[in-house]
Amino acid sequence: MAIWDFLQVYGVQIARGTLVTCAQFLTATMVALVVALFVGLGKLSTNPLIRGVSVIYIELFRGTSLLVQVFWIFFVLPLFGITLSPFTAGFLSVGLNIGAYGAELVRGAIQSIPRGQWEAATAISLSPARRMRRIIMPQAFSIMLAPWGNLLIELLKSTAVVSLISVKDLMFQAKQINSLTYMPIQAFGIALIIYYVMSRAMITSLVRWLEHSVAQRQGRV
Amino acid sequence: MEWKWGFTWEILPSLLWATKNTILATIAGYILAMIGGLVFALMQRTGSKLLGSIIREFIDIVRSTPLLLQIFFLYYVAPEFGLRLSPWVAGISTLGLHYSAYLSEVYRSSLDAVPRGQWEACRALNLSSRDTYIRIVIPQALATALPGMGNYLVSMLKDTPMLSVIGVAELMLTANAIGSEHYRYLEPFTLVGIIFLLLSLPAASLVKLLENRLKTVLGL
Repeated sequence: MAIWDFLQVYGVQIARGTLVTCAQFLTATMVALVVALFVGLGKLSTNPLIRGVSVIYIELFRGTSLLVQVFWIFFVLPLFGITLSPFTAGFLSVGLNIGAYGAELVRGAIQSIPRGQWEAATAISLSPARRMRRIIMPQAFSIMLAPWGNLLIELLKSTAVVSLISVKDLMFQAKQINSLTYMPIQAFGIALIIYYVMSRAMITSLVRWLEHSVAQRQGRV
Repeated sequence: MEWKWGFTWEILPSLLWATKNTILATIAGYILAMIGGLVFALMQRTGSKLLGSIIREFIDIVRSTPLLLQIFFLYYVAPEFGLRLSPWVAGISTLGLHYSAYLSEVYRSSLDAVPRGQWEACRALNLSSRDTYIRIVIPQALATALPGMGNYLVSMLKDTPMLSVIGVAELMLTANAIGSEHYRYLEPFTLVGIIFLLLSLPAASLVKLLENRLKTVLGL
C-alpha cells in the first residue's frame, strides 16, 4: 500500500490522535506551569513547613518514574474514592511530573537575580509580594524561558505515556493502526514525524518568539 | 481500601527479582549510550560537514520524539528488515540509542568547554593528538561531563518501565501482572514507586559525591 493510500484510509484516525495529543499537551502544560510556580516559590519560602512540603513534592515526583505515577493515579486513586477519567488522569500526572522539574527552573531563575535588585526594591519600600511580581519575576521569566522550551519538549514526549491508560492520543492510534494493518513503518513512522514536527516547529519557534518579544519589552534588543 | 501487609510480604520477592532486571537493563542501556554518545560526538567533531549535519539532525529527531514510540518503532520495524529482536535486545538498544543522543550533547559541550589554551599548550609541547586527548583534554572534559552523565543515568533508570510495553519483565510489568492477578493494585504500584525512590535518590547523591571527589582529585 502506497503511503498516500495509507493516509487516505487512516489519515482521519491519525489526525484525531494528533488532536488528543495537542489537548493533552496544552492541559498538562497548564498544570505544570501552575505547579512549578507554586512549588518553586514554596521551596524559597522562609516558612519551614511550606519549604518542606515543596522539597518532598519535588523529590517524590522526580524520584519515581512517570509511568509509575500515571498508573498510580489511574489505578490506585480510585481505591481511595477518587476516580478520574483516563484523559484527566493522563494530563494531571504528566503535568504534576513535569511541574516538579519546572519548580527547580523557577527556583534557579529567581535565585539568579542579583542581590542588588532585591535590595533596591526593598529600599523603595515595595511590599514583598509587589517586589516579587514587578521586579524579580519579570527578570526571572526571561532567564528561564529557554530551559522551559526544553522542558516543554520533554512534556510533549511524556504525553505518549498516557496511551498506556487508553487515552486515544497519537501514540495510541499508531499502535492501533499497526495492529490492524501490520505496517509498522508507516504507522509508527508517521507518528514519529508528527511528534518531531510538533516539538521542533511548534514549541521551539514559540519559545524563540517569546524570548524575542520579552527581550524587546525589556529593552534588550 | 486499606494496606495489607501479608500481601505486601507475599509479593515483595517477585518485585525484588524484577528490580534486578530493571537495574540490569539500566546498566546495559547506559553502557550502550556511553559508547554511542562518544561515537556521535566524535563524528560531529572530526567528520565532514555533511556527516556532521546528518548526525546533528538524527540527534534532534531522537531527542524530540517519545521514547515509547521509539521502542515500538524498533521492535516492530526491525523484523521488516529480517531482524527479529527479542524484547530485551530491542528495549535495551532503544534505551541506549535514545540516551546516546543526550550523552553526545553532554560530551560535545564539555569538550568545547576545555579552554583553547589547553589545546595550544599541547601543540606547543609537541604532544601527539592521542596524548592531547587522553592526558590533557579528556580528564578536564570529564569533570564537566560527569554531572550531566549522572543525571542521564538516573533518568534512564526511571525510563526503564517503558520497556514493559514490549514485554520486558522489569518492575512495572511484574507489578501490573501481580495487580491483575490478585485485583489489588495498591500494594504493587506503591511498592514500585518506593523501590524507584530507593534506587534513584541514593544514585543521585552518589553522583554528586563522585563529582566532588573528581573535582578534588583533578584539583579544580
